[in-house]
Amino acid sequence: MLDLTFAEMARGLAAGEFKSVELVRGLLARIERLDPEINSFVTVTRDQALERAEAADAQRARGEAGVLAGMPLALKDIFCTEGVRTTAGSKMLGNFVAPYSATVVEKLAATGTVSLGKTNMDEFAMGSSNENSHFGPVKNPWDHSLVPGGSSGGSAAAVAAGLVPAAMGTDTGGSIRQPAAFCGITGLKPTYGRVSRYGIIAYASSLDQAGPMARSAEDCALLLNAIAGHDPRDSTSVSRVVPDYTRDLDAPLDGLKIGLPTEYFGDGLDPGVEAAVRDAVKVYESLGARVVEVSLPHTDLAIPTYYVIAPAEASSNLSRYDGVRFGHRCANPLDLEDLYKRSRAEGFGEEVKRRILIGTHTLSEGFFDAYYRKAQQVRRLIRQDFLDAFDKVDVLMGPAAPTPAFALGAQSDPVSMYLQDIYTIAINLAGIPGISVPAGFVGNRPVGLQILAPHFAEAHLLNVAHAFQKVTDWHQRRPVQD
Amino acid sequence: MAIEHADVLRAAHLARLGLDNADADRYVDDLTRILNMVDRLREVDTEGVAPLAHPLDATQPLRADEVTEPDRRDVYQRCAPAVSEGLYLVPRVVE
Repeated sequence: MLDLTFAEMARGLAAGEFKSVELVRGLLARIERLDPEINSFVTVTRDQALERAEAADAQRARGEAGVLAGMPLALKDIFCTEGVRTTAGSKMLGNFVAPYSATVVEKLAATGTVSLGKTNMDEFAMGSSNENSHFGPVKNPWDHSLVPGGSSGGSAAAVAAGLVPAAMGTDTGGSIRQPAAFCGITGLKPTYGRVSRYGIIAYASSLDQAGPMARSAEDCALLLNAIAGHDPRDSTSVSRVVPDYTRDLDAPLDGLKIGLPTEYFGDGLDPGVEAAVRDAVKVYESLGARVVEVSLPHTDLAIPTYYVIAPAEASSNLSRYDGVRFGHRCANPLDLEDLYKRSRAEGFGEEVKRRILIGTHTLSEGFFDAYYRKAQQVRRLIRQDFLDAFDKVDVLMGPAAPTPAFALGAQSDPVSMYLQDIYTIAINLAGIPGISVPAGFVGNRPVGLQILAPHFAEAHLLNVAHAFQKVTDWHQRRPVQD
Repeated sequence: MAIEHADVLRAAHLARLGLDNADADRYVDDLTRILNMVDRLREVDTEGVAPLAHPLDATQPLRADEVTEPDRRDVYQRCAPAVSEGLYLVPRVVE
């Protein structure tokens, strides 16, 4: 029962095949056994989880339980959770107990889901390997010498290792899709504004978006139903009807037009990844889809654009960590300036400092137009590439990452680490939704197929992903544990 | 555009981030490589292209100017490093 998909588990609970308490106890025991090695959790909320599971079982016994009542999951440690330590993977927030909950956390709690704890991540979501966490790197459950990807590496590894059937992540430049690909799970980044950012520790506000990471597209549909929607507390969330994302999962794909961006199959793409992705596209052809080549001509500008916009926004967002209101404070400050400077120097890790410095520099007097304004202009050109492509095709397909998971410690140069996000980052700049679904292996290392759709076309995106998972079993493969 | 030691120290000061000279040397190297990568943007013709601040070109919604949040000062100060009588404590600013 512990290895079912999230959706299957929910059906099992509804059918009375097992109880939430049994699931939660079983998963907590697995976490205790396997996680000291994998390190996917920063905090396990054992007692709260058992309490909530019992409450959900009682609710079900009274006939009052909804679809998700009693369903176990985990939350990336970037979602503020009232009364629970919320660290964002940083020493800065090592002792921060959130005084309120993120909207996503409240919405999930309202449906009766049971959080088992908070998952490890790159500090403030800055990274592509989970090696930037103050709480140590996470290991890829498929091979413990490999990274799980990042920044939602703990969420991806926890799902892949069978510690939870689903986890919430956030994605600013690929942080859901790339770790989902590296760990052989399904991860959805919704349209910017589809899910409230309230209570999610901010990295780059015009790019950040939360989404589900689970075992199948059906799982993601169930979870998106629970978390999507307008929130008056996030002025960038979008006021637009939330459809039932499970309704069209089984719609036929006849006549589906798939675009393959030429630029996503060029230099730097691992041949094993390319072969797996092209095989996946053939599966779609056998389901009645037509495939055409398209061009996204500004693809090679996405990483430079992102590395202006994201650090600029981060430098502003992270100015709130001042050692005064919350977070790390240095010992014996000489004066106020020393308090700020030392608290921040001690509390932030290397990559975070690098991005604060870049962002502060590019926003400073004399540089703003050359960097930030220029990047915002190029951002419009990048978005236009996608709008033009979606005039011709329904969805785009390609690899989620240029290589499968790499070895821990293998990428020491920041710029080559940034290139990991070459196929995911433009999607955040354009604000469109994207999903990574398991599509094969290179040796023992999973490969993710990325599927992209127009703004707010999540239902169609999930339908397309689900159709693939009905005729393939890549998403059912599990790493051998113990 | 090149970044120099003084630029890094200036950015660090603006960001109130404590850096010593040896740290700054290291960041000159890293930041130079990042900015070299970013400099490709300068070759792009963006004449007449409006900057994109929000991927859906949304505008900031307005609401009535009314108090909607309750006073939760005590709760919010529980995570503060040093408070007294509802005030945040910092080193003396005015002698």
